[in-house]
Amino acid sequence: MKKNVFRLLLTGALATILFVACNSEGTKEGEQTATTEQTAAPVVAGQSGVVDDLSQKNVVGVAVSSPDHTTLVTAVKAAELVDALSNAGPFTVFAPTNAAFAKLPAGTVEGLLVPEKKEALQEILQYHVSVGVYKLENLKDGQQIDEVFGGKVTIGVKDGKYTVNGANILATVPASNGVIYVIDQVIFAPAKK
Amino acid sequence: MKNYINYVAATLAIATLTQCKPKSASQVVTGDAASKVYVAPGKYDEVYNFVSGGFSGQLAVYGLPSARLLRVIPVFSQNPENGWGYSEETKPMLNTSHGFIPWDDLHHVALSQTAGLDDGRWVFVNGNNTPRVARIDLKTFRTAEIIELPNSSGNHSSPFLTENSEYVIAGTRFSTPLDGNNDVAISSYKENFKGTISFIKVDPTSGNMSVPFQVVMPPFNFDLSRAGKGPSHDWFFFSCYNTEQANTLLEVNASQRDKDFVVAINWKKIEEYAKANKGRVTTSKYAHNVYDDKTHSATSTISEGIVQFDAAELKDMIYLIPCPKSPHGCDTDPTGEYIVAGGKLAATIPVFSFSKILKAIEGKQFDTEFAGLPVIKYEAALYGEVPKPGLGPLHTEFDDKGNAYTSMFVSSEVVKWNIKDLKVIDRKPTFYSLGHLMVVGGGTAHPYGKYLVAYNKITKDRYLPTGPELSQSAQLFDISGEKMEMLSDFPTIGEPHYAQAIEASKIKDGQVRFFKIEDNKHQYATKGEKESKVVRTGNRIDVYATCIRSHFSPDNIEGIQLGDEVYFHVTNLEQDWDVPHGFAIKGANAAELLVMPGETSTLKWTPDRIGVIPFYCTDFCSALHQEMQGYMRVSPKGSSVKLVWSLGDFSSDAPAAAATK
Repeated sequence: MKKNVFRLLLTGALATILFVACNSEGTKEGEQTATTEQTAAPVVAGQSGVVDDLSQKNVVGVAVSSPDHTTLVTAVKAAELVDALSNAGPFTVFAPTNAAFAKLPAGTVEGLLVPEKKEALQEILQYHVSVGVYKLENLKDGQQIDEVFGGKVTIGVKDGKYTVNGANILATVPASNGVIYVIDQVIFAPAKK
Repeated sequence: MKNYINYVAATLAIATLTQCKPKSASQVVTGDAASKVYVAPGKYDEVYNFVSGGFSGQLAVYGLPSARLLRVIPVFSQNPENGWGYSEETKPMLNTSHGFIPWDDLHHVALSQTAGLDDGRWVFVNGNNTPRVARIDLKTFRTAEIIELPNSSGNHSSPFLTENSEYVIAGTRFSTPLDGNNDVAISSYKENFKGTISFIKVDPTSGNMSVPFQVVMPPFNFDLSRAGKGPSHDWFFFSCYNTEQANTLLEVNASQRDKDFVVAINWKKIEEYAKANKGRVTTSKYAHNVYDDKTHSATSTISEGIVQFDAAELKDMIYLIPCPKSPHGCDTDPTGEYIVAGGKLAATIPVFSFSKILKAIEGKQFDTEFAGLPVIKYEAALYGEVPKPGLGPLHTEFDDKGNAYTSMFVSSEVVKWNIKDLKVIDRKPTFYSLGHLMVVGGGTAHPYGKYLVAYNKITKDRYLPTGPELSQSAQLFDISGEKMEMLSDFPTIGEPHYAQAIEASKIKDGQVRFFKIEDNKHQYATKGEKESKVVRTGNRIDVYATCIRSHFSPDNIEGIQLGDEVYFHVTNLEQDWDVPHGFAIKGANAAELLVMPGETSTLKWTPDRIGVIPFYCTDFCSALHQEMQGYMRVSPKGSSVKLVWSLGDFSSDAPAAAATK
C-alpha cells in the first residue's frame, strides 16, 4: 500500500513538473521581486531550481558533479526525474556509470532518450531508486529492496564485496537526501510474466 | 469629571463638524489595488515588516505588499510550535529576577540603525509587563538576548534607539517606589514614587546589551520616545502624561492639566556625566539572558546592582517642554529638526523645533521649574501646530518627501500633512480605531516610503466572524502619490502596537540556512550515529541522540526506571536547508522540540508510569517521516532491566531471499 502511494506521488509529481535543466535555468533569488514580468508560457522550476550552494548536495547534485555519471544525468533529465530526486527523499540510488551505460547494446541509450520513450526510460531509472536510506553496513546477502518501479532488487554480499542484481557496487556516496551506490551495470527489472 | 464630559461633548461636536462620514471599505479601494499587492507565486515581497504581537508576547514578520505572514518569532512567550521556552536550552531565555515567566506584552519594535538608517542586523523589542528588552538576530530570526530592567514597571517607553544603535532607551509607564524604599503607602506617590529611564548600551559588534545606568525621573508616566537625528543626534525626546502625579483613577485624574510634557534629554551629556561620576548603586537584581548559536543554548545570569543618577542632578541635560493634553507619540522627523507630539486628548498636533529648543535653552526662556527640571516656554519651543488634524492623534511617521502621517484613534483615520507648512494634505479612514501606524523606514533619516500600514485596535465586522474573539485588523496603504490609497486589509497576531519595515535586500541574503555540525559546541551534541549513547548518572539519564532522514539513533531504549529524569538531547545531523526534525515523547509535560539542521536541543521527560513509551518526529521531514519513531521502556525502580539502546537490529527481518520465486 505504502509503496503504491509513493509510486503515485512520484508519477503525480512527474506529470506536473516541467523539465528544467538542473540549476541552469533556475531563478536567481536576487532577481525575484514583486514586479517581474509575465511571460506567455513560463517554465517553472520545481525543487531542483532552488539555488542553494551552502547545503550538502542532494543525489542530483552529486550525480551532476560526477564526471562518471554524465549519461545518467542526461537520462534523468530526459525522464524528467530531476525535481523528484531533488525532493526530501530519502532515497537509495543505484547509479550506473557512463561505462555501465556503454555496456548496453549500441543505440540503446540514444533510443531511450527520445521523447516517445520517456515512459520506458522512467521505468528503467525508477528501478534504480528506492525510497528509504539503506546503509551499506546494514545490507545483507540476499536482502531485497523494493524499488520505485519494477519490483525488488537483490543485494549480494560476498567476501566484503557488494552487488545489486549482480552489478558491482563500486562506491558509496552520501547525499543530503539519501545515499548513492555507484554500480558498473545498468540493472533491469525481471520481465513481467 | 465634569471637565471630562465637556471634553467628550466638544469632541463629538468637532467630529460632526469637521469629519466626513467614513466611507465603507468597498468605496475606498480602487480598481488596481489588487495588482499592487499581488506577489506572484515564487516571487518575493519588497519589504520585511516586523509587527509587534502585543499580548501574544511574540513578533510577527510579514512580507509587504502581499501581507503574507512569513514567521512568528517567539520572544517573551513560550511557543509550543518550536519548543521555545520548553526546551532545556531555551528555558533560561525566559528567566527573570521573578523566576521563569512564560509570557509578556510586546509593544514596540526598533530596527538597529547605522548612521540613521536601518542596517538589518537586529531588531529590539520590549516586554511591557515584566520589564525586559529583547534583541532578535536577523540572521537567524531568533531571539538572541533578553535583558531585564530593574526599577522599571510598565516598560512602555521602550525600546528606542540612537542613530548608531549606541543606546536603547527604556522609560517607565508606572512610577513606583524604587528598590531600597519599597514598602510605602500608595498615597505617598508624590514623595516616594519615581519613574526611571534605563540606558541600555549596545555592543556595536556583538549587539550584546548592558545597563550602565538609569536616570531617576519625577513620577510621570513616560509614554513613548524617539532619538534625535542629524543635528539633534545627541538628544532623546519623550512624551509623558500624568504630570498630575495621580495614583488612582488616572482616566480622570491624569487629564486635569492642560499640558503635560515632552521631555528633552541630552543623552550624550548624560553619558559623559555617568562616566565621570559614580552615582548611587542600588541593590536591584535583574536577569540577563543570552542565546549562543554555537552551543545552541542560553545562559541566564542574575546581576545585582544598578547605577542611578537623579534627574535633578543632571543640570543642563534634561528639559521639559509643555505639550497639550497627555501626549502619546513623540516622533522625530527625518531631518531631526521637528519633534511631533500626538496629544491624544488635544485638538491640534504640536510640532516642536529642535533649533528653537536649543535657542530657548541658550536664552533661558523658561517658565518655571517642575520637579526640579527647567520648563521651556511652550511658544519658545514650538514650530507650529497642525490645526484640526482629526481626533485623538497618537503616532506620527514620515515619508521621504517631507510629509508626516498621523494616526487618529478617535476619528479612525490616517492624516497626511506637510511638515513645513503644517497643512493637511489627505485623510483616509481606517477600520477601526487606529493605534500605531508605520511607514517603511519611517523612523529613519531617509524613509523608504511607498507603503504605510495602519494597525487598528478594533476589528468588528472586517473579516468572517470568529466568535467573540477577533484578530486585529491592519490596512495597507500606497503612499507614493499625493493621496493615500488603501490597498488591502489583513488580520494580525496578538494585538500589534508598533511595527517597522525594512527593504528585503538588507536582510534576505544574510540568512543562516542551517548550522554547521562541526561548529556545534553543545555539551551534549552527538555528531554521528556511532556516537549516540545513553548514560545513566544516578537517576539522571542522558540520551545522546541523533536524527536524520528518516530515523533517530538510538530508537529503542530499555532500562529507564520510574523516578528517573530523562534528558533527551537530539542533534539534527542534516546539513540541508529547511530540514528540521521534530521530537515529541508521549506524556512529556512540555511541547515538542523542533531541531534545526546542525543543532542540538533537549527535551526533559520524567516518566510517570511503567510501560513502553513511544516518541516520534513531528515535522514531516521526508517520505518516510511516518516511519521516524522509537520506543523507550520504563521499568519499576530498582528493576534488573539493563540500560541498553540500539538502532536497526535486523535480526527480526524476513528471511533473506526467501520470496524470490
